[in-house]
Amino acid sequence: MSCCDTSLATEAVESERQADRRVLDELIAQSRDLGNGAFATDFVVPDLRCAGCIRTIEDGLSGFPGIERARVNLSLKRAHVVWREGKTDPLSILRAIEGLGFSAHADRPGESGADPEGRRLLVALGVAGFAAMNIMLLSVSVWSGAEKETAQLFHLISGVIAIPAVFFAGQPFFRSAYKALSSWRLNMDVPISLAVLLALAMSFYETLAGGEEAYFDAAVSLLFFLLIGRTADHFMRERARGAVDQLRRLRPGTALVVDEAGEVTATPIEAIEPGMHLRVLPGEIVPVDGTIATGTADFDRSLVTGETEPVFLKEGARLEAGIVNLNGAVDIKALSDHSHSFTAEITKLIAAAEGSRSAYVRAADRMAAIYAPAVHCLAAAAFIIWFFATGGDWQTALYTAIAVLIVTCPCALGLAVPVVHVIAATRLFREGVMLKDGAALERMAETGHVVFDKTGTLTKGTMDVSRMSGNRALFSVAYAMASRSQHPASKAITAYLDTRVNGRADDEDRLEDFREVPGGGLETSIAGRRYRLGNPAFVREINPSLAGDFDGAVTLLAGEEGAPLVIERTESLRDDALDAVDRLRAMGFSLSILSGDAQTSVARVAHQLRISDYSGGKTPEDKVARIKALDKTQRPVLMIGDGLNDAAALASGHASMAPASASDIGRRTADFVFLRDNLTAIPFTHKIATAAARLVKQNFGLAIIYNCIAVPLAMLGYVTPLVAAIAMSASSLVVVTNSMRLNLVNADSRIVRNKRQSKSPVILPAPEAAE
Amino acid sequence: MNGLLFLIPIALFLGFAGLAAFLWCLKNRQYDDLEGAAWRILDDDKAP
Repeated sequence: MSCCDTSLATEAVESERQADRRVLDELIAQSRDLGNGAFATDFVVPDLRCAGCIRTIEDGLSGFPGIERARVNLSLKRAHVVWREGKTDPLSILRAIEGLGFSAHADRPGESGADPEGRRLLVALGVAGFAAMNIMLLSVSVWSGAEKETAQLFHLISGVIAIPAVFFAGQPFFRSAYKALSSWRLNMDVPISLAVLLALAMSFYETLAGGEEAYFDAAVSLLFFLLIGRTADHFMRERARGAVDQLRRLRPGTALVVDEAGEVTATPIEAIEPGMHLRVLPGEIVPVDGTIATGTADFDRSLVTGETEPVFLKEGARLEAGIVNLNGAVDIKALSDHSHSFTAEITKLIAAAEGSRSAYVRAADRMAAIYAPAVHCLAAAAFIIWFFATGGDWQTALYTAIAVLIVTCPCALGLAVPVVHVIAATRLFREGVMLKDGAALERMAETGHVVFDKTGTLTKGTMDVSRMSGNRALFSVAYAMASRSQHPASKAITAYLDTRVNGRADDEDRLEDFREVPGGGLETSIAGRRYRLGNPAFVREINPSLAGDFDGAVTLLAGEEGAPLVIERTESLRDDALDAVDRLRAMGFSLSILSGDAQTSVARVAHQLRISDYSGGKTPEDKVARIKALDKTQRPVLMIGDGLNDAAALASGHASMAPASASDIGRRTADFVFLRDNLTAIPFTHKIATAAARLVKQNFGLAIIYNCIAVPLAMLGYVTPLVAAIAMSASSLVVVTNSMRLNLVNADSRIVRNKRQSKSPVILPAPEAAE
Repeated sequence: MNGLLFLIPIALFLGFAGLAAFLWCLKNRQYDDLEGAAWRILDDDKAP
């Protein structure tokens, strides 16, 4: 890299221009042509929160030249903008949104936020609701004693409404039942589909034959109730998925490819082939595995290896996809394409680990495995007994069998699980915990052993300055220098000094010849005197009088002579890590730490938290193997981790949680994501999960008690359509009301947390790894 | 009995009208941003 000022400046301008160009290409690629020179572009605006934001953006953009209209979607956190070609371009719109004080970026492919499944469910719900209301209206007249012809007419009308409605609205159940049957399994949807279809067919036959009883109302309202449960369940998962997607890093879908002539073009990541030369600018993520061809820089590998200390890499060094370039542009030679990079390898590990988890059978399906055959046997028995008892009257016999199927209350059973899960998800959501799906909640309740990752999970993952000593006169110089750099250590220094230096920007304008030396530190001169901020060896080069007894973990700032400012850095625990760990221990969990970081720094954290089972230097494969072993020999494992290197471990744990700051892939793999930076979310989530599991069991119990009363009645032939309708609604109400009790569960995690916060955070000694 | 001849069609028609209105709302993306709609009522209308 060149060190003289002018070329650095042009390089900065050049790299900015390239970055702009890339954003524009991406935005144009995902704009829709509306014809007549009008285009529509969706911008993702993650900070959208309230009415004020909607207004600021919509009003701000509609006054912008070339924009026809702008509409904000708060749920999806997107702004939909229609603009005219030639008058403006998407990049200017993006800048305009940024000018209004919001960060914005392009939609990525496959992430449009549209939800066709939810829409289908809503339509089905609407149709079922319409049919249920109207049929109930007619049925009530029949029950209150309509004359024979009128009753028949009403049944006929009910049938005409019910048949298309059931075929349309029942599809989600029929499909799932068919899928289960074709793989020789039984799930809850099998008895539901069977009851609905048989009731419908029989009632229709009965109506045409002039019979007196029809179960149209039961069949349709059964579907309606179950669709409510299913729709609520779907939207709960959508909301969690959306919230997790929004956390994604602003990652470009393109990389800068340098061709032989030195021309730089933005190319989609998918098109990168091994051997291509790529440019990675400061602040960017390395798109594919490669080796550095030219240039040097510090890289943040924490997401990949779990190590917090940035590493200095130069020509020939190997880079994994996913690590972040902190300073200094480098050209790299791609060693793999997108699908064979380190990230992709991790993805394969995850897929393998998830395979074992998919063997998990959900509570509802476990129940169905016992329940469905029992119901079918009972119905068959009712048919056979009545068939012989009445001397061959197959119609009465079939009727009784259908009454058994309907009244055995697949409704309460169908609602028993989803209602509890939706309420649990809502409660967790309020506390900032995202739940991916209901099965995770069941698995969570079964765990008994917690495995933590260290970096970014138990610790904050960033470096903090713990102490500055020595020449305090250099405070303002340190601040001025550090505020010019993006290096994590510099950020820690400015954060520390923010609260301690007044008039701190004094020296800001006096910095001359400022430069960042990758692997060393920062250098500048003020009023003709050189200053260096960085590791001891680097600073000693200009000030040989400094003694050699500073170890690697300190940063020095010194001029060419005089005493240095000694800056000590540490990795600090999350404020409530100790609290969360204590609580988990009190709840009976056994704990261990598995980390990719060096053994010594893992030992320190483990010691602070009084966790005796810990090990460092683990590769992703090691972690998976260790978790599988724990799962087998001890209790099911709850994995808490954040990095790319934890992703496979997250997938292989019985249940898993990740903080919002985790890598994309970690967040997508984990069952739960906690948004607020508090680890006490872990005991809280576990408490809710246990309470939910208990309520699900109670609901099943209630449904069984109800069946013990209703089934004999149905088998004796006492269940008329009116009784069936009342019984079904009553049982569903009981189950839903019981599920509501989840809101009463006392799992408050805040009381103790606040008490702890008043204490000073636990500070750890710095790890020994040299910069 | 005679009353039923027009009461039933009316009831069904109203039901259908409700269903049609719901489907129309859905098609016009009125259910796409429930959260935003809840906030928008707090906004004053723009001055005429």
